[in-house]
Amino acid sequence: MKTVMNGDFAASYGAMTSDVKFVAAYPITPQTLIVEKLSELVADGELDASFVKVESEHSAMAACIGAQAAGIRTFTATSSQGLLLMCEVLHWAARARLPIVLANVNRAVAPGWSIWADAQDSISQRDTGWMQVYAENNQDVYDSILMAYKIAEDNDVLLPMMVNLDAFFLSHTSEVVDLIDNDKAKEFLPAYDPEYKLDPKNPRAFGALTSPEHYFEFTYKMFEAMEVAKKKITQVGKEFGDIFGRYYDMTESYKIDDAETVLVTFGTIAGTAKESVDRLRKEGKKVGNLKIRVFRPFPAEQIIDALKNAKRVVVIDRDYSYGNEGAFYTEIKGALYDANLRIDTYGMIAGLGGRDVSTTVIKEIVEKAETSEPNKTYFIGVKK
Amino acid sequence: MLLQLKLPSIRLNKEISVEEKKIELNKVDEFPPMPVSLGSMRVNKTSSWRNFRPIIDGEKCIGCGICWKFCPEPAIFPTNPPEVDYDYCKGCGICIANCPVDAITRQDETK
Repeated sequence: MKTVMNGDFAASYGAMTSDVKFVAAYPITPQTLIVEKLSELVADGELDASFVKVESEHSAMAACIGAQAAGIRTFTATSSQGLLLMCEVLHWAARARLPIVLANVNRAVAPGWSIWADAQDSISQRDTGWMQVYAENNQDVYDSILMAYKIAEDNDVLLPMMVNLDAFFLSHTSEVVDLIDNDKAKEFLPAYDPEYKLDPKNPRAFGALTSPEHYFEFTYKMFEAMEVAKKKITQVGKEFGDIFGRYYDMTESYKIDDAETVLVTFGTIAGTAKESVDRLRKEGKKVGNLKIRVFRPFPAEQIIDALKNAKRVVVIDRDYSYGNEGAFYTEIKGALYDANLRIDTYGMIAGLGGRDVSTTVIKEIVEKAETSEPNKTYFIGVKK
Repeated sequence: MLLQLKLPSIRLNKEISVEEKKIELNKVDEFPPMPVSLGSMRVNKTSSWRNFRPIIDGEKCIGCGICWKFCPEPAIFPTNPPEVDYDYCKGCGICIANCPVDAITRQDETK
């Protein structure tokens, strides 16, 4: 059923279509609408789930960990400072191998106090063991949540997944979203039935003291699980497409076959970049776009394949790893190095704190790359 | 002289009353995905990181019970003279530091 809704509601409905049984969340702008809609859906009896109001984001994730460990499907949502407060328990959820799904509205980190789009929050949680998806539009948000459960709950994966959506550009912007019928969704995503769970009839101790004889192997098992997840994400994206008509993968290439300059983008910037590619091509410039939809696990193989013929790789980061460069830029270069590809790269930091990255800005980025020294980081649009 | 405190002996800890099995995980494929049911501490000895062991000199001991009371584990049994449970003693040295008659000495584990 096609309807019009903002990105936050798309996340709420994504959780409802996934038939979650437990939601614990704490409101924070611009995620608040997700929590409001879910509490409304539970109160109206449309979603058969427990809704727990908690006193902080740390508690929200802790409550989800408890419920998920008891063997039920859980959901939470947060943003920026809230995600950062969750940090300790994000690690816990991943190492406990609980396939929790979290919607994070990408918002800048304070100070200065900012509620606008910026991926610094989720990028700073990159190494918590969570898989990370960056949505381009509201349909992507909705579909990604449903696919996230399917991927995360796979017995060979068992890792939590974070679905990221840009503040306001998605969270508060209405678009057409095609909702999936509950029965069809259940066929795609069967009921959650984990092998390891808290069960009084079969008591087990979770997360106990783990000596040096054992800890190392548990980390190795997460490495193995992330490798499986790479294949699983592609496989589930195809399966989803075969059923619902919308195909997904870890990356998405747009007009890259003959492209000399390839933009590498994520989130909503990817959508604008594709429009920019069309406009720049009219001006005779051979430009393409590679969208990184999944950042963890990192799709190195797909990236190498997509960029191998490019002359110029221009990575747009809406984040900055202090003291180095944009997080995506570092990793893209790492992938190219592994493949012995010595291509000119440009690290373009843009759109921090919600500054608009329009087609005009992307045109400026491409021109900057054409006229600047390669293998360097540039901050785009700094007032001088 | 010891046991003037008239507290019940915790010696029972030594005996495993219920049937407990140590879970042997020797190959990564045998591991569960997450740290779950790795076995009770009664079968998993936790003293592997001890660098030195406390040795109690029964002759010097006056049976005051301070070592037993201060042991955070607890890995000292309130016998006379007190006995150290080396399966769980981490070698923190609190007993040595607090013995009023210097009856406890440290012995390097590499010996």
